[in-house]
Amino acid sequence: MSEQKTIKYYPARSRLLHWSMAILIVSMLFVGLSMVQSLAVWQPVALSLHKSFGVLLLLMVLVRLLNKYLTPRPRLPKKMSSLQKRAANLSHIALYAAMILMPLSGWLMQSADGRAVNVFGLFTLPSLIEQNIKAYSIFREFHGYMAWLLIATISIHVLGALYHGLIRQDRVLASMLYSKKPKK
Amino acid sequence: MKDTKIKPKNRRLKSKIPEKQARLIAFIMVLPVFFILSYKVTSYLAGKSVSAQQFVDLQQGEQIHAGFRRAHAKGICVTGTFESSGALNGYSTAMVFDEGSYPIVGRFSTAGSNPTAPDLASPVRSLAFVMSGGVDGSQNAEWRIAMNTPPVMAVGTPGDFYAQLQALSPDPVTKERDPAKIQAFFAQHPESKAFLDWRSRYVPADSFAGERYHSINAFYLVDEKKQKQAVRFQAVPLLDSSEIPSLDNENPDALQVQLEQIFNQYPIKFNLVFTLADSSDDENDPTIMWPSERRNISAGTLVINSLTSEEIGQCANLNFDPLVLPEGVAATADPILRARSAAYAESFRRRAMEVLLGKDEK
Repeated sequence: MSEQKTIKYYPARSRLLHWSMAILIVSMLFVGLSMVQSLAVWQPVALSLHKSFGVLLLLMVLVRLLNKYLTPRPRLPKKMSSLQKRAANLSHIALYAAMILMPLSGWLMQSADGRAVNVFGLFTLPSLIEQNIKAYSIFREFHGYMAWLLIATISIHVLGALYHGLIRQDRVLASMLYSKKPKK
Repeated sequence: MKDTKIKPKNRRLKSKIPEKQARLIAFIMVLPVFFILSYKVTSYLAGKSVSAQQFVDLQQGEQIHAGFRRAHAKGICVTGTFESSGALNGYSTAMVFDEGSYPIVGRFSTAGSNPTAPDLASPVRSLAFVMSGGVDGSQNAEWRIAMNTPPVMAVGTPGDFYAQLQALSPDPVTKERDPAKIQAFFAQHPESKAFLDWRSRYVPADSFAGERYHSINAFYLVDEKKQKQAVRFQAVPLLDSSEIPSLDNENPDALQVQLEQIFNQYPIKFNLVFTLADSSDDENDPTIMWPSERRNISAGTLVINSLTSEEIGQCANLNFDPLVLPEGVAATADPILRARSAAYAESFRRRAMEVLLGKDEK
């Protein structure tokens, strides 16, 4: 998909997409897990924002996929074994799968409960499926369990980044943090 | 290899913890510290507040009736129309306030978590329905309404409501309610006065069709200038009490059977009346009765034109979440209202899974 040219750092647009989505996704996980337990006054507002940001994130992941296709990728260090490289690639595929399946399952869940998904008060998503209590259950459970899977996958991803940054001290973490080799 | 990242002032540290070890420690610690901190902070913020899961656990009680709602488990489905008079047109942009006829799907029910309980065991009855102003779902025009016979709550917060349900629940050993516990609860909650006054005067109507149902919580009607008017609404029965056949008290489905009898002879209609709050009324307090001088406007008539049992009807698989509101209607900051969505969602989640797994008794 992308040639491994001699680029060493991700371009600004890739880094912006990565970090903005990282912050949003972690926030969504916190809010999501809290709001399904909370009886507080803010809960319906959190629910509404969660849905709106979910749609935004679905759009962002599509932009990101396009960006990934168009952007050459920094080469992984030669010292990494091919097994490690394969594991890294698989973890990224898992993250992309989660980033797509989470908002999709949310949208399907809402559709199955006959609920219109209103995005920041600007527009409403079309319903994907007919109202159906069994379909609701499938997507509701999927969305809930997938969230935990996403937390696990993010944890592996973060551990990998920290491993490269703190232990290996190679360029991998730097490639997503900086635009060029930092001074000092 | 020479590390270029050490700043001179860290040389003091370097002698105590080798840098390589420090990095290893940091690597191991980051995630666990993050998770522990997150857990601690979120627990602290949640405090002692009751969760949706605890609330529904309490409503569910000892015996799970798979596939059924955890509250108002026993009910009967209805369909009909809302004949809108257009009288509230100026107060709200909601499409159902434009004059016209809008289909509704609804449900009469009795309180409690046992779908096999006798109808007459619980004095609290409910009318819930969904109506939609738009032709297709994408217009954000669905309005889900869940109304009860009491006009006010005894308490104004979810935590207090949980305590109320605990006080009212039967002793696990004796299976009886504890009058002393109940009395103590109401004594501790002076805000329950209006509710207790109402309850002392209330006589349950002889039928679902003859009851008066209330929104309890207040909502805002929002016009095109985004101006808000706080309202409560009621479904006022139009059936004459003389038209209501007597109840067969021995029949566990007394109310449902009687409803069918009525339906075969008379139209079942309700006047949907909106009460407008004054500036002195606190729309966020569900424990207070609004003075009778408040302006009432009839939005139109609810006409029931079919009854079906839950086994065949559509209403069983619906979730009458009162926070599903159309354009032109908004929620107030009433803490009880704001809690209903999450509580209903938890009950819905449980029963939906039971239906999916085929555990339901239907």
